[in-house]
Amino acid sequence: MDDTPSTPRSDLKPIQISERTRPGSSTRDIVFDVQKLSLHYGSTLAISEITVPIYKNHVTAFIGPSGCGKSTFIRCLNRMNDLVPIARVTGQVLYHGQDLYGPTVDPVQVRRHIGMVFQKPNPFPKSIYDNIAWGLKILGKKDNLDDRVEQALRKAALWDEVKDRLKSSGLALSGGQQQRLCIARAIAIEPDVILMDEPASALDPISTTRIEDLIHELKQDYTIAIVTHNMQQAARVADMTAFFSLDVSEGRRAGVLVEYDETTTIFTRPADKRTEDYVTGRFG
Amino acid sequence: MAADSTLIVLDSSQRKRSDRLGERGFLYVTLAATLVAVGVLVAIAVKVFDLAAPAISKFGVGFLWSQDWNAVTNRFGALDFIYGTAVSSLVALAIAAPISIAIALFLTELAPKWLRTPVGALVEVLSGIPSVVIGLWGILVLGPIVESQVEPFLNSFLGWIPLFSGRYSPVGLLPAILVLTIMITPIVSSISRELLSRVPKEQIEGALAIGATRWEMIRGVMLPYVGPGIIAALILGVGRAVGEAIAVTQVIGTTAGIRSSLFGPADTLASRIASQYQGAVSNLQVSSLAYLAAILLVLSLLFNLGAQLIVRRVERSRG
Repeated sequence: MDDTPSTPRSDLKPIQISERTRPGSSTRDIVFDVQKLSLHYGSTLAISEITVPIYKNHVTAFIGPSGCGKSTFIRCLNRMNDLVPIARVTGQVLYHGQDLYGPTVDPVQVRRHIGMVFQKPNPFPKSIYDNIAWGLKILGKKDNLDDRVEQALRKAALWDEVKDRLKSSGLALSGGQQQRLCIARAIAIEPDVILMDEPASALDPISTTRIEDLIHELKQDYTIAIVTHNMQQAARVADMTAFFSLDVSEGRRAGVLVEYDETTTIFTRPADKRTEDYVTGRFG
Repeated sequence: MAADSTLIVLDSSQRKRSDRLGERGFLYVTLAATLVAVGVLVAIAVKVFDLAAPAISKFGVGFLWSQDWNAVTNRFGALDFIYGTAVSSLVALAIAAPISIAIALFLTELAPKWLRTPVGALVEVLSGIPSVVIGLWGILVLGPIVESQVEPFLNSFLGWIPLFSGRYSPVGLLPAILVLTIMITPIVSSISRELLSRVPKEQIEGALAIGATRWEMIRGVMLPYVGPGIIAALILGVGRAVGEAIAVTQVIGTTAGIRSSLFGPADTLASRIASQYQGAVSNLQVSSLAYLAAILLVLSLLFNLGAQLIVRRVERSRG
């Protein structure tokens, strides 16, 4: 591996992939079983018939060029697209066997199990402490509030930096700290899955590294799905990688899943020519 | 590499003459317009205080807490009208605030998309109805309803409170309060709606993503975010209520005195000025009315400054 991550397009060699521990592939538990998921905005098809399993305690990365529906897809996994009135979902998202879009499913309950971290750090204009305590309070987890806040901040690798100023505003933190605060906020409510929508794209390289280290640690306890436009990032953090692309055939422009495999395979021996072109920097 | 420096002309003489004059002219026109606005404010204040000078020198600050208003004995005081203004405005505000915020929340968060624009526009139209028309409606429609329905209803439940006892009447504080509520509500709700619609999407999603219900999100994220702005809007609304003359004159009964009941007649600063200026019988009475106007002027300046200070402080704290 002589290629450095900072020069992805210098030649056509694959990107360096960090070592990772992976459970035996035969015993992987499926958290999300996505079956033929399509989403329309009004009459426009945005993503088309995505079928992909997401495994427990794995980091699954979704990569692909801009506008190919990666974010739209991941927002289907916690019903965040419900906020868009014209969005319409077909197909199935089975979460531990239950269809998230079933008639009796409450999106509020869904989001209590499936947390989300956004592209732009979005702490509330509250104190650092209240940013985390607020979610716990509305979920009725009011016992040992101080402990829970501390644990969440520790897990998000932020505790040492903020323990002396828990009462100061979350907005006073740096961008990277704000994003870790948002991760702590998501962790605090003890979710099962954490969805991350380009969590480091607004951050500097050092903050990005810290977020990536954090993702490595978090996968012990959580299942993580991450959207990224940064291929090195996918290579560094993900066990499984899904490559999305924009299908412009038949007069449509819809996001499709081209290839899904172990990250090593996607970056070294991709089966599809489009994946190879993308990961080697010939396209995108 | 480096360009021949003699070919680069930076001198202002290169600009067209008309262009230079135009720029200067533009500055003067805009400056003049600004000065006129400031000048008018100063001129009004000077004139009001000048007109009020005899009353100020005769009654002094005691004018503020004197209940006299007698054109025969030439004794005047403002307390009745300050009371009437304070009660009518504050109670109207207390009713208008929750209604306005509810309207704004409904139109930004809860109403179906197709309903938002037309209903929002209607609410805006309500704020454009001339106050004299609302006052007329107050006399013809609201007053009789207040007398025959609202006051008996309030009395039957809350009659043990002096505020809701006494003789039912189509004119008095209560109709004035309701007229003012109708005038404040569209202003406050349209400003609140604007504020709510500017709550960043990231904040809303952040709250929903940790499993907040819509109401928890509104209470925990949206309202704290817009709170100071809504307070500023309420201050502007109360400023409007304090200064409203015509519609209040039409329904309040224009009677001096401080009564414990909201059913009884009263008068406000603005209403007293509007109703008595034409028929003032002595110079001292005119001057006393100008004194009332001076109080009103100071109040409205304070309300506006207060609202601006809040808005500015919030903007600074958000960077």
